[in-house]
Amino acid sequence: MAQTQVQAAPGISSNKIVPEAAREGIDLEINGKRFRHTGDAHMPLLWYLRDVLQLTGTKYGSAQPGNGADLVLVNGKAVSAITVPMKDLADKKVMTVEGLASADGKLHPLQQAFIDEDAIGCGYCTPGWLIAAKELIDRKRDPSDSDIDQLPNLCRCGCQTRVRRAIMRAAASLNGGQA
Amino acid sequence: MNGTGGLSRRGFLKVLAGSAGALVVGMPFEAATAADAPLPLAFLGDTLYGLGVYVRIDADGNVLIGARDPDSGTGNATTLPRIIADELDADWQRVTVVPLGLGVENGNGEANWIYGHQLDGLGTSTTAAWSDLRQVGALARWLLLQAAARQLGVPAEQLQAKAGVVIAPDGRRLGYGSLAEAAAKISPPTNPVPVKTADRYTLIGQPAGDVDAHAFVTGQARFAIDHQFGDALVAVLVHCPWPDGSLDGIDATETKAVKGVVQVLPLLPEHGQPLGSTVIAPAVAVLAENTWAALQGRAKLKLQWKPGSSDSESSAALEAHAIDLLNDKKQAPTTRVRNDGDVDAANKKAAMRVEATYLQPWLAHATAEPMNCMARIDKDRALLIVPTQAPQQAWAVVQRLTGFKPEQIEIRVPRVGGAYGRRLDHDYVAETVMLAKAAGKPVRLLWTRDEDFTHDYYRSASVHKLSAALDRKRQIISWNQRLASASARAGRGVPEQRLWTSELDVNQLPAGLLPNYRSDWYALQSSIPGGHARGMPHVNNAFAVESFIDEIAHSLKENPLDTRLRLLGQPRQIPLHGFGTTLDTERLVNVLKRVADQIEWKNWLRTVNGLGIACWHVNGAYVAHAIEASLERDKLTIERVVCAVDVGRVINPTGLEGQIAGATLDALSTALNLAITYKNGQIQQRNYKDYPLASMAQLPNSVEVIVMPGDREPTGASFLAMPSAAPALANACCNAPVAHSPLRPAVIRLRHDGRLAVMLDPCRHIVGPLPACQRRRTMASLILQ
Repeated sequence: MAQTQVQAAPGISSNKIVPEAAREGIDLEINGKRFRHTGDAHMPLLWYLRDVLQLTGTKYGSAQPGNGADLVLVNGKAVSAITVPMKDLADKKVMTVEGLASADGKLHPLQQAFIDEDAIGCGYCTPGWLIAAKELIDRKRDPSDSDIDQLPNLCRCGCQTRVRRAIMRAAASLNGGQA
Repeated sequence: MNGTGGLSRRGFLKVLAGSAGALVVGMPFEAATAADAPLPLAFLGDTLYGLGVYVRIDADGNVLIGARDPDSGTGNATTLPRIIADELDADWQRVTVVPLGLGVENGNGEANWIYGHQLDGLGTSTTAAWSDLRQVGALARWLLLQAAARQLGVPAEQLQAKAGVVIAPDGRRLGYGSLAEAAAKISPPTNPVPVKTADRYTLIGQPAGDVDAHAFVTGQARFAIDHQFGDALVAVLVHCPWPDGSLDGIDATETKAVKGVVQVLPLLPEHGQPLGSTVIAPAVAVLAENTWAALQGRAKLKLQWKPGSSDSESSAALEAHAIDLLNDKKQAPTTRVRNDGDVDAANKKAAMRVEATYLQPWLAHATAEPMNCMARIDKDRALLIVPTQAPQQAWAVVQRLTGFKPEQIEIRVPRVGGAYGRRLDHDYVAETVMLAKAAGKPVRLLWTRDEDFTHDYYRSASVHKLSAALDRKRQIISWNQRLASASARAGRGVPEQRLWTSELDVNQLPAGLLPNYRSDWYALQSSIPGGHARGMPHVNNAFAVESFIDEIAHSLKENPLDTRLRLLGQPRQIPLHGFGTTLDTERLVNVLKRVADQIEWKNWLRTVNGLGIACWHVNGAYVAHAIEASLERDKLTIERVVCAVDVGRVINPTGLEGQIAGATLDALSTALNLAITYKNGQIQQRNYKDYPLASMAQLPNSVEVIVMPGDREPTGASFLAMPSAAPALANACCNAPVAHSPLRPAVIRLRHDGRLAVMLDPCRHIVGPLPACQRRRTMASLILQ
């Protein structure tokens, strides 16, 4: 089983400073916190998040990029977490749905807009939509309908019209308009 | 506002036991929670008219309401508690919704369902809640008012309850929290407390978002798939590609060498052994310490499977057989479902006959959350976390496999990631229990997406042959529907004479509207397991019937809206067989007219795009769609979608709009893109690429939902908008100007099998711009999937 720990400061002994042995592992940042993965370097990020860190907001969709339920941001780019092995994530910054709100719990405008528009069906694909939408509005403050058309997410509950409204609403709110 | 977090029922009861002064209405859980006893609270509800669902008001004024039916995106977690909260006159801002697990107790060895209705699906939750859950809130309010009356020295009748506060005529106010303890000591009345009249509703009819919205958008909501027991093994499966096949060879050497893999277990139900409600295919399970190890081990399995007798079957052969069957007029149906008047005699008097054939493919459920389950089976106790629509049926599967007493089985049901009928079957629960027993450890089972697509209980393909006779006055005088499909109930111990019930609705349009009406069902045999699918049997039948009405209109050179209005005729009530209620033709006419007005139907021949319309009724609810579509080269664009519904009283307009828009998009996505096929007895679609739910770009940017005002008993709405959406789109495509021939790719894509479509297509292919009057046409049975 893979091991994880928050990087610790080098140890200080009572008498003399002992240089710390080089440690194996992949350092990465997830939602602003630093982690070191010392397990299988080929483990996909999805299982690291879900099984190891128990960050279960990122969902299993399928073995390939599938319904978008497993989207996360890696250095700001939305990727399917099942397709990214841990070895590719050294020194990368990952953001999952759990990292969207600020530390004091204040929701991201997208999260608030999804609540306000009730852009939720069964809720399973909601985190993936939020991540895809975050990448979009970070890239383009004023997304058009055709920008939203490009989102890779699938939803069998049929939330697409409400998701579209929510993204537009969040964009308006970010641009200083009335949310 | 509401957060249920990971609050388990057990945890909740501990909280309950530790806090004094709470009013609790509902059935106590002593049997299941002996460890938490003794409870210092006076539980009310032993005489709660057989209800078990509870309300709890704490001394601080917070209100907990149990949501008894699972919520798979159907809105139950919001709708049901609001029905209670309204009767209670609770302050919704202070309500926390707690999902109730399965309510079961031991009734002389038999399961006693203490919460009554616990089913998410078939559109029954709201109607059931309306008939019994209001009592829960009403009783709690009654008790609080009695307590306030004693405290204030004012008769209860003179007191007013409002948003969690009791108000006396002189303006004195008492919060529910301060009354809870006293209220808990008052004996409930022997007769049911009257429920509110509609003028006093405060929450019913008002918009409310999903109670768990905050948890969803922050990633904190936990589905069954997100739960963990510390010591649980992860199990993944490879199923036999043939439901009736068997394991012929296994080499798990490499699998077992994967770090973290613990066990490889064949899961070999005896052929035909019903573990859930139907058979399941044999499988080999890899159990590991974590998901990644399990998946690596799974990839390294070397398995040989032996096909059963189904390896010669194909969906194409089944469809061809169905068409042959229906073309042979001498074939007697398996079941004559309805036979009003004398169709044959009427046909002899016909001035005109119209006939068409409609073909629809097999479908999968493709739930977002794949099948999964978690089970801990101890010597005398089973705990399961199950994404299910029917916890009572899940319980029955566990009971059968463990032999436990009713109260020894605990079923927890978190929010469910989509269901659409798939989770009425519990094959994955049976597998989890068998694996947990065999491994001697808790197991969390995960079906990979390919297993989910290839081992579903599918909606059967169907072939409809419709014919109608018209007299010289252009009246439809007879209607004959012949349907061939594989019953969703086959292989489930359902008597042969009842197998049609999953395929046809005895009351479906235009039954009851015509003097001579006949509907026949022809059974198809398939080894592909069938199951309940969203909106069935309405969806397939509505597509055929509502497309056919447009065919009749075309034959008459009549506006298809007028054809429908003539068929529905004067406002009247038509008895619905087996329902004790009626088809109100006026309500159906009203939804039709509303969508027609909204989409400016008067322009139906003049618009540059195609307009299509369709309507349906489901168990006392009414729906119509009008759709504007354009066909340009190989691109079909859905320009506009309007949907009007009449569901009686609306509990939550926000939730209703979501269900109506959602079901509309689901139906359109299915119609545009989806088909399951099988060859050599094996399902050919293994992932989203093969079974492409519609992308954002393919779907309309909005669905204009019109809700008819009404004060009749509320009806379910979860699939109401499924049936009429696809035929409205097909009709719009038929009405669209077509400048190329033969059938353009975008339209052919609407049919899953171009060869059959062309073979069945009786219409001419038209080239060039068309005069308006001819332009609706091209593809008679534009067999939209």
